Amino acid sequence: MEQPITAQADESALVAAFEARIAAGESIEPKDWMPERYRKQLVRMMSQHAHSEVVGMLPEGNWITRAPSLRRKMSLIAKVQDEAGHGLYIYCGTETLGVDRHELLEQLLDGRAKYSSIFNYPTLSWADMGVIGWLVDGAAIVNQTILAKTSYGPYARAMVRICKEENFHKRQGYEICATLANGTPAQRAMLQEAVDRIWWPALMMFGPSDTDSPNSAELLKWRVKRKTNDELRQRFVNLTVPQAIAIGLTLPDPDLRFDESTGNWEFGEIDWTEFFQVIKGEGPCNRERLAARNQAHADGAWVREAAAAHAAKQQRSSTQAA
Amino acid sequence: MADHTEVEEVHEDSAADVTSAALEVAPYNVAGSRGPRFGAPLVEYVLRLGDDRLVLGHRLSEWCGHGPILEEDIAVANLALDLVGQATMFLGLAGELEGAGRDADALAFFRDGTAYRNALLVELPRGDFGFTMMRQFLFDAFSVVQLDALASCGHAQLAAIAAKSLKEAKYHVRHSGEWVVRLGDGTEESHARISRSLAELWRYTGELFERDVIDDAVEAHGIVFDHEAARARWEAIVHDVLQRATLEVPAPPIMASGGRRGRHTEHIGHLLSTMQSVARAHPGATW
Ligand SMILES: [Fe+2]
Ligand SMILES: [Fe+2]
Repeated sequence: MEQPITAQADESALVAAFEARIAAGESIEPKDWMPERYRKQLVRMMSQHAHSEVVGMLPEGNWITRAPSLRRKMSLIAKVQDEAGHGLYIYCGTETLGVDRHELLEQLLDGRAKYSSIFNYPTLSWADMGVIGWLVDGAAIVNQTILAKTSYGPYARAMVRICKEENFHKRQGYEICATLANGTPAQRAMLQEAVDRIWWPALMMFGPSDTDSPNSAELLKWRVKRKTNDELRQRFVNLTVPQAIAIGLTLPDPDLRFDESTGNWEFGEIDWTEFFQVIKGEGPCNRERLAARNQAHADGAWVREAAAAHAAKQQRSSTQAA
Repeated sequence: MADHTEVEEVHEDSAADVTSAALEVAPYNVAGSRGPRFGAPLVEYVLRLGDDRLVLGHRLSEWCGHGPILEEDIAVANLALDLVGQATMFLGLAGELEGAGRDADALAFFRDGTAYRNALLVELPRGDFGFTMMRQFLFDAFSVVQLDALASCGHAQLAAIAAKSLKEAKYHVRHSGEWVVRLGDGTEESHARISRSLAELWRYTGELFERDVIDDAVEAHGIVFDHEAARARWEAIVHDVLQRATLEVPAPPIMASGGRRGRHTEHIGHLLSTMQSVARAHPGATW
């Protein structure tokens, strides 16, 4: 069907006004008019982010029952709990864009939705709890500090709040690493092994190189994203390498060197074959992660049904009483 | 063949030698005490408080990331955090009272199952969500009554920890009690499931109110706990919630018991082999 001329004119006037607001650095709020593409891109990014928080509970949850001290056990439980809170908070954020949380959950469970590639790697030793906090939460912070300036108000505000907690996670993770680094030879070896294993997947968290990133240009134009994947990745490497040096670690990259002229730590080529394999669902733990989420969902079905049935009964009896 | 027979004979002879040698040591007495071997009563008493909470907190923490809804992942983690926090305080005090240089971590990670003093109720595997919540409720109701009494006991350090923990326990019993009501009243399936859990768990509730020599001995330290009064208060809380949940109070079965003196179910060994695995692989390490 052909659109009436006036509606098209209206639409392009709206887009122009919208883009002017973005250019002026204004934030877009749920009630404001926005292009459908903008809304879709935000839903995509926010739901991926929320899914990552939720799936991210699994690799770390894997070590809660084995944490080697009571203090570490508590801080790991608290961390995983924070991630659940982040997930919930961002899912609620997507609801301001007219998306139902259950719909997003369905997409996660049936494997349509994407989440951060890093969580498809296994956690194999206690040291992973340090290295994930340090590198993975660290990488998330680099991403999210920029997202806190994103043009969509609710997402930006969520990022400010979440970033504070991610910072805490990162400090805690680095502190675990520093403790292991100062520990027994076995503890130091455990730490180095974890760093060797997690370093490259952590760099992949920033997504494909700008030349291969299909959504980047549009996201940058609308200030959904404020920096490119490669810029963020470089920033992360620059921040992290000195932290590795400080606790006597090596990083598994023979090409890593400091470039005086740019002030950047130059690093070697990422194994993009591995990255795209993981993204396509063929990473080491994709199946396990999805299976765990599906299992929890299926096991919980009778509980959710019961809670709904009870709430409905309460509702009925309170209406009758009134 | 002949050689083998000869070797065996030599073994038999030497065993016989050992036996007869032992019997020549006089006076010889093989009769031991029937009772369990306890440590200092006050230490035993505080270990029971700590171990209940550590083991239950550990079981709850197994749910992290696997709950029926995201909100409940958060809530169950909260319960686990509070309980492990309480355990850390109680075990810290137990170590201090023992005076053998063991801190809360040493007591948590380097004691064998038979040295654990928790009630059997808390070590049972987590089961389904209804089992977890019913167990939680039965324990929380006990914990509120117990901590309320201990908060005003004559042992200042213990009273302080109990008072702090009581605030949390009051919140816990509300949360777990609400779930018992929801699941009992909810659907046919949930009612059937939680009824089964209640029936399975009921035989582990008696141990919570058992009185033994340790309870008698700690009265000298100003710790007076009236088990019968506590049971009556617990029953009042439990019966009220079960009634709202449309669940029947089970007939009193023969109660299981043993945890307070280290006679556990087989589950404790598996729980601890997970919990202690990293710590024990690196004795003396700092984390
Ligand atoms: Fe997070
Ligand atoms: Fe985090």
